[in-house]
Amino acid sequence: MKTNKYKAIVIGGSAGSMEVLLKFFHVLPKTFRVPIIIACHLHPLDNGGLVEFFRLQTNLRVKEAEDKEQIRSGYIYFSPANYHLLIEQDNTFSLSVDPKVNYARPSIDVLFESAAVAWADELIGIILTGANSDGTAGICAIKLNQGLTIAQDPSDSAYPVMPQAAIDTGKIDIILCVDELDMVLQYIGLDIKTKGSHNAG
Amino acid sequence: MKSGDIETIEIRLLLDTIFLRYGYDFRGYAKASIRRRILQFMKMSGTACISDMIPRLIHDESYFEKMVMEFSITVTEMFRDPSLFLTLRQKVLPLLKSHPFIKVWHAGCATGEEAYSLAILIHEEALDKRTTFFATDFNDNALKKAKAGILELECARQYSQNYQLSGGKGSFSDYYHARYGALAIKRGLKKKITFANHNLVTDQVFSETHLILCRNVMIYFDKALQERVIRLFYESLVHGGFLCLGMKESLLFSEYQDKFRVIDQKNKIFQKKA
Ligand SMILES: C[S@@+](CC[C@H](N)C(=O)[O-])C[C@H]1O[C@@H](n2cnc3c(N)ncnc32)[C@H](O)[C@@H]1O
Repeated sequence: MKTNKYKAIVIGGSAGSMEVLLKFFHVLPKTFRVPIIIACHLHPLDNGGLVEFFRLQTNLRVKEAEDKEQIRSGYIYFSPANYHLLIEQDNTFSLSVDPKVNYARPSIDVLFESAAVAWADELIGIILTGANSDGTAGICAIKLNQGLTIAQDPSDSAYPVMPQAAIDTGKIDIILCVDELDMVLQYIGLDIKTKGSHNAG
Repeated sequence: MKSGDIETIEIRLLLDTIFLRYGYDFRGYAKASIRRRILQFMKMSGTACISDMIPRLIHDESYFEKMVMEFSITVTEMFRDPSLFLTLRQKVLPLLKSHPFIKVWHAGCATGEEAYSLAILIHEEALDKRTTFFATDFNDNALKKAKAGILELECARQYSQNYQLSGGKGSFSDYYHARYGALAIKRGLKKKITFANHNLVTDQVFSETHLILCRNVMIYFDKALQERVIRLFYESLVHGGFLCLGMKESLLFSEYQDKFRVIDQKNKIFQKKA
């Protein structure tokens, strides 16, 4: 088994990404320690409903990111609705109410660009299904800092625009179908065979 | 050295320059967002790298003024988070009624929408005769707009809806004239608020205040600066005075947490303990 160099995973998604996230969470083993931070375009009035949903569905430690909270391993964080989520170099979160970026708040670009600075080559960035092109600048920033970039296969996506835009930057390392998302575990040095040990309960 | 580390040095030098030259202190702002603002301004002003902005900043005051405007995010709306205003109406204003004299401080008021919302509340709860209302920001442009009290026509419907959700007792249209394709806040309401320049990082306390609203400002600060500002609020409040933060702000990581009682967790309303 190779040792994991990755300190965090950031994920961006919009239309259709709930189902994909759910599948991905189901392949995560209980021992999964790398923090996952997600910017998902939501209805602006969704107050933690998403977090509740995933908490009920997965038994994982899912929570909404709070301003100046220390990022801990073993947690999955969602950006609160209607705020941008940024990563500070001391591994804490900052929120902002800056204007929308790419018509979105939270914006995937804002999360990814700040994460790229904070974690450089120790970061994995994943773009899932979605109906606009938020995330392309973020993917470029991650690649510029030598991180690993992954996109959902557009032909396997409910809404191909977002992963296709990410791929069109030429900065995507790996393209995966939903059913192959467990490969991500390989990149961080986990044995895929341990998958499924943490299914919905 | 990695390019990110070099950039960190550049940002630090830039913020030091601003502080030494103009006295504005952004050194305690949350780094990730101030970096975004700086890069954005750099793009706008056509500069090649961050450190290239420093000489210009030293010699050209108008350049600095433009940059500061870029650092100040004035996104706001009337009755943003209606549930907060409803709770203020139901839980906080009734408690203030016993005071013969009430002082309200709205810090980081941007273009004034929230201040006007609060002024409407105070008016409808019949507290306006004994209330002194200060609304402050460090952005003079925003303050100028706030004083003018002109709102965009397109927002009227949403504001009116927010107003109703916040427990409004009349109609939102009672408070403005529709004019030249915009909404002009009525004079009577404008007169109730004193808009003034105040910098939370470098300026002093507002003594003997009964209610402080400071929403979506402290998220832009790092932990140490947040702590300083919370202390400033603590010292400004009378015993039993109220502090109201943004929906995603809290006293959770603050040493002052124990010195406040939680009045409403969801809407982030706190009361200074006696
Ligand atoms: C996003 S707006 C919040 C407006 C309003 N409170 C709301 O929540 O809708 C943030 C405001 O904080 C102000 N601000 C930032 N730093 C400040 C400082 N050091 N002193 C005073 N105001 C500051 C900005 O100029 C801006 O107008």
